[in-house]
Amino acid sequence: MDMLSIKNLHANVEGKEILKGINLEIKAGEVHAIMGPNGSGKSTLASVLAGREEYEVTAGEVIFTDKELLEMSPEDRAREGLFLAFQYPVEIPGVSTTNFIRAAVNEKRKYHDLEPLDSVAFLKIMKEKMKLVEIDQSLLSRSINEGFSGGEKKRNEIFQMAMLEPKMAILDETDSGLDIDALRIVAKGINKLRSPDRAVLVITHYQRLLDYIQPDYVHVLYNGQIVKSGTRELALELEEKGYDFITDEVDSTANNL
Amino acid sequence: MIDLTYFKAQFEQLQMEDPDANFTALRQENFDKFNIAGLPNYRTEEWKYTGISNIFNQIYLPGGHTLTTADVDPFRIPGHHKANELVFVNGRFDAKLSNILSDETEMVVLSLKDAANGKYGPLISKHLNSSNVLIKDGIHALNGAFITEGAFIYIPKSKVPEHPLYIYHLLDSRAQPTMAQPRSLIYLAENSSLQLTETYHTLGTADSFCNAVVEVVVEQNAFLEYYKIQNDRANANQVNTTHISQIGKSYVHTVAVTLNGGTVRNNLNLILDAEGNETHLYGLYLLKGKTHADNHTLIDNRQPNCYSNQLYKGIADDFSTAVFNGRIMVQPDAQKTNSFQSNRNILLSDNATINTKPQLEIFADDVKCSHGCTVGQLDEEALFYLRARGIPKEQAQVLLLQAYAADVLAEIKSLAVRAYVEKLVYEHLSIL
Ligand SMILES: Nc1ncnc2c1ncn2[C@@H]1O[C@H](COP(=O)(O)OP(=O)(O)OP(=O)(O)O)[C@@H](O)[C@H]1O
Ligand SMILES: [Mg+2]
Repeated sequence: MDMLSIKNLHANVEGKEILKGINLEIKAGEVHAIMGPNGSGKSTLASVLAGREEYEVTAGEVIFTDKELLEMSPEDRAREGLFLAFQYPVEIPGVSTTNFIRAAVNEKRKYHDLEPLDSVAFLKIMKEKMKLVEIDQSLLSRSINEGFSGGEKKRNEIFQMAMLEPKMAILDETDSGLDIDALRIVAKGINKLRSPDRAVLVITHYQRLLDYIQPDYVHVLYNGQIVKSGTRELALELEEKGYDFITDEVDSTANNL
Repeated sequence: MIDLTYFKAQFEQLQMEDPDANFTALRQENFDKFNIAGLPNYRTEEWKYTGISNIFNQIYLPGGHTLTTADVDPFRIPGHHKANELVFVNGRFDAKLSNILSDETEMVVLSLKDAANGKYGPLISKHLNSSNVLIKDGIHALNGAFITEGAFIYIPKSKVPEHPLYIYHLLDSRAQPTMAQPRSLIYLAENSSLQLTETYHTLGTADSFCNAVVEVVVEQNAFLEYYKIQNDRANANQVNTTHISQIGKSYVHTVAVTLNGGTVRNNLNLILDAEGNETHLYGLYLLKGKTHADNHTLIDNRQPNCYSNQLYKGIADDFSTAVFNGRIMVQPDAQKTNSFQSNRNILLSDNATINTKPQLEIFADDVKCSHGCTVGQLDEEALFYLRARGIPKEQAQVLLLQAYAADVLAEIKSLAVRAYVEKLVYEHLSIL
């Protein structure tokens, strides 16, 4: 079954074209990785998929579980089962993390005509997921990400993912800035989510996360387009040779045109 | 349309019907002032951004005076069983509807008139009308011209009443537009303390106008905690003046919350008249519809070593208008004054307006004063983060606005009053 199907996606930010025709098919059960140099458009792609309004889609379509993703509000995308772990999670003083996650979980349940979880049921699930991602209670009783270290913010993203159990998770450099233990935990969170009816897209610069999660496919995003796709051996090749061997080829083809 | 003639007729009738010598001269003095100043308009100093002339485009009949306890019930603050409740109906202190639990050794509650004719007479003649020192406009004088059945509250020396005081101002506009001019004088003797909350509500759908004045005197080592909660109908207008004289080294902590209403003008004036006074003023206004809320604060530092801190925060949505004017005066004797002021605003709609103005008048050289005002928008990044987790836009906005309001609400030290206000705020924001 197709989980996410992106066809010829173009998007602008502040009048400048950043995504220049992205094509990507992700099937249920698969794990894909997107790699690519800084500024190539990886986070832009993630933001467009999550529904950020500053990004203007100028062409293309995205089908998410049979629905037109681009026509949905960000909250509906989330409630349909799309999850984005942000590269830079925002701090929100004054809003308690626990209350926020509870609201998010219950909004999703409401959307799917399920009764909201009461405190007891919610706490039980929370305890279980806290254990999974080894996150401390004291962190969750604080305001969202306020004063969290870089690694704690990332862990909080994974915790939210575990709580919301999305169909399709997009992780934007969730592995960056993590120590070895945290990396292992993030990988565990992702692997736990892995199932025949879910899919994962990880955006990363490093092989080390891919060692843990073993993606089915690896893509290289460069200058707003996916310029190469392959299996996980491609990631190893990139690790060894850098991006130049791909980007040079792309640039010279472009120059020869 | 009502004008001077209309008020003159009412005034003369009052002077005739109520010839209490304690008040006739005072009323006359105020009426003369009103007669000269007239009602404020946009040309009046301090009234540039707040127009009240429209309020006087119609006749207000003196409202009836017969409410039952059941009429009061919907407006009681939860936890009122453990509070002293004082009720004003159409501007008049209603002793029958009031419910004072505290023993009079802890808290004295009398009508102004009874108090003036008894042992508190000298205190009243000394302090009633002291607000006129700082405020000279016609609408303030109008209240003074009609002083009749106000309330007098006295906390005796070294007393800390076990129960707080809630004052409910009810205006009955069920039969016709109603105007009320409540007046109170509150006195905290040495070493005493008072926790006071005031609310304002209109019963009925016709317009109402409340022109309220409270004067408070705070003696040495006394502690005043004062919460003013304004959440009335969209056609309920209000000019609300609080004058606090800290005549001994004392501590004053106020929080003013304005939610629904028509035109609401608050004057909060303090005279720091003893060395070492400490004053904390907080305000929160969450405006929508066509509500116009104007907070004027004035701190007159007259003695050395006083500390004051002000934080007023607000939101303006729809067609609402928020005005903040924070005036700090530091008199020549008030060396080593520390006075800080901050006004923060969030504009939620292109049609809403915010006017904010600090006004520092410093005549002493060794002082620390600072002020800052900001007008911003809701944090879009934060809003998107919440929405990206499935929280609908409106609810995400409520969460962020609640968070924004939280630090001011946290300044309501009374748990019962804070819970009451937090609920009002949540309901108010949920339909923003
Ligand atoms: N809001 C914005 N305003 C202006 N330019 C933007 C905005 N967002 C992205 N861009 C630009 O779009 C380009 C792609 O940015 P993007 O964040 O998608 O890169 P990335 O591939 O995620 O890079 P990195 O690996 O550094 O995270 C960059 O040149 C960036 O400056
Ligand atoms: Mg990025």
